[in-house]
Amino acid sequence: MTATDTTKERRRRAPLAPWIRGTVLTLGSIAVTMLGLLFVTFIIGRVMPIDPVLAIVGERASQSTYDAVYEQLGLDQPLIVQFLYYIGDVLRGDFGTSLLNARPVSEDIARVFPATLELATLGVIFGVVLGVPLGVIAAVRRGSWIDQVARVVALVGYSMPIFWLGLMGLLVFYGILGWVGGPGRLDIFFQDIVPTRTGMILVDSAIAGEWAVFRNAFSHIVLPASLLGYFSLAYISRMTRSFMLEQLSAEYITTARVKGMSERQVIWGHAFKNIRVQLITVIALSYANLLEGSVLTEIIFSWPGIGSYITTALLAADMNAVLGGTVVVGLIFICLNIFSDLLYRVFDPRSK
Amino acid sequence: MSELTLRQWLLTDAPTSRRHARLASLYQGWLTLRGNTMAMFGLGILIALVLMALMAPLLAPYDPFVQDLSNRLQPLGTEGHLLGTDSLGRDILSRLIYGSRITLYIVALVALIAPVAGLLVGTVAGYAGGWVDVVLMRITDIFLAFPRLVLALAFVAALGAGIENAVLAISLTAWPPYARIARAETLTIRSSDYISAIRLQGAGPLRIITKHIWPLCISSLIVRVTLDMAGIILAAAGLGFLGLGAQPPSPEWGAMISEGRRFILDHWWVATMPGLAIFTVSLAFNLLGDGLRDVLDPKDDNR
Repeated sequence: MTATDTTKERRRRAPLAPWIRGTVLTLGSIAVTMLGLLFVTFIIGRVMPIDPVLAIVGERASQSTYDAVYEQLGLDQPLIVQFLYYIGDVLRGDFGTSLLNARPVSEDIARVFPATLELATLGVIFGVVLGVPLGVIAAVRRGSWIDQVARVVALVGYSMPIFWLGLMGLLVFYGILGWVGGPGRLDIFFQDIVPTRTGMILVDSAIAGEWAVFRNAFSHIVLPASLLGYFSLAYISRMTRSFMLEQLSAEYITTARVKGMSERQVIWGHAFKNIRVQLITVIALSYANLLEGSVLTEIIFSWPGIGSYITTALLAADMNAVLGGTVVVGLIFICLNIFSDLLYRVFDPRSK
Repeated sequence: MSELTLRQWLLTDAPTSRRHARLASLYQGWLTLRGNTMAMFGLGILIALVLMALMAPLLAPYDPFVQDLSNRLQPLGTEGHLLGTDSLGRDILSRLIYGSRITLYIVALVALIAPVAGLLVGTVAGYAGGWVDVVLMRITDIFLAFPRLVLALAFVAALGAGIENAVLAISLTAWPPYARIARAETLTIRSSDYISAIRLQGAGPLRIITKHIWPLCISSLIVRVTLDMAGIILAAAGLGFLGLGAQPPSPEWGAMISEGRRFILDHWWVATMPGLAIFTVSLAFNLLGDGLRDVLDPKDDNR
């Protein structure tokens, strides 16, 4: 009796245990990766040629002032202790004060981040809406002209300097044709009309019902967003094609065809259904890449996002701002990576 | 006649020496690659680029640094200035030709540093196994999870702007994929019989890694390096564009775009020409990389 009980219990517990183990391992690796990121930014902050104390007290400060600030910053502590303080600060969302405007870096980042988020989100939507169908069709009609087009689109996307394409886009669509708004998020007449709620102008103006502002904001965002979208399209369409080819050569597809299913059902009902998980991970990854890729695009389009923020700070040698921005982008990047990894594990039974 | 016999010698299916076998397999790979028109096109562009860099002083019509303020911002096809002049009256064609040297310099340095570092880390991790493997791969994963461009920016910020620091920053963010590949290759090679055989003959780990594992990792690394080149060129140009790579008056292509950006609406060619150069070269690397992958790594033909 007791023997059967324990086997029952073991059977019930058995599928749970590896799951817990997996979660613990994943959480552990997330923690280690994030610690690694913080360690790297910490080291960068320490090896930089700029003396953080001098940057605060100025060159003419007395030795005692210098020493006081030196101690206040904790620079007299051993490196490992400084690192632990640093982790504590970051966990509390404290990235120090910007040397440029003497405001907390975290406030600045919170202010500029929605602009980047808005741009990258629109970009990834563009990439998915065009890239997925393109990849599917390219796989289904392998070797046809549309497959060749998809190949060229991807190849050009991989080889094009994004900042240059942005410049060319501005030249043609803004300078010559005048179809889109110029650099910046809004024309000057439209600024400060809509109250800031989310920081994303498209959303804010829609909430406020200011459709003139919305249209103007859209005319400004459409070019940079479609440029970013083009780069994610290149990646997404290639990956979609490769996933689809793998499915289409599988035997169950032949079976479905032999059973007399319509081609549409075979492709979208069977093959596409099976690549959804892989696709979501690819989309998450390209989203992460877009957040990063927006650095150069933001400069071209004078877009006041985190990319512009980091570069401006960099050129002004404002290390707190640079490192704060790097940590934020890095953490989001890691989170998206892990998110795509988790999705894969949860939804793909083969990976168990 | 000797042509024919050389060909036959190379195509033999019964090589007589190790060198013979190696040359024969190289030749067969070359024949496959030659059949790929796009790859040959890419190779052609790259050979032209190398020749251009080598013979820059002969090819360039002007000194790339000499300013001629009376001839500022001349358009394309101006007498004597095929691609026009920039804001300081410097000949754009000459600057592009000299700029190819900088591009090749950056590419060559990164292509040396990153794969070698990755190869070292990957083979040691794969061969040693155990906690060495865990620690090294954890570090690799950490670097792999970083946003590359932003991290390169932060590195350059700490090290200071300049070509060498840009190279270092790009290499620091580029090595992890190589380590992954090298480790995967090492794991499959390590358990093979011939490694056990040489180990029984008394070969130490150093000899096994350098003489027997490294040579087999090379081909997959070459493919990856060629495919990565485009990304490296784009990253270097991006850093140059931001003013963090090569410094003016250096004719680095990314920095040239940055200079031309101010005149983009009225004098479009100043920024357009260097961009086309960057695009052509990275396209060439991508085409060649695709072709090399087909030759050296024929398993995945789905891409």
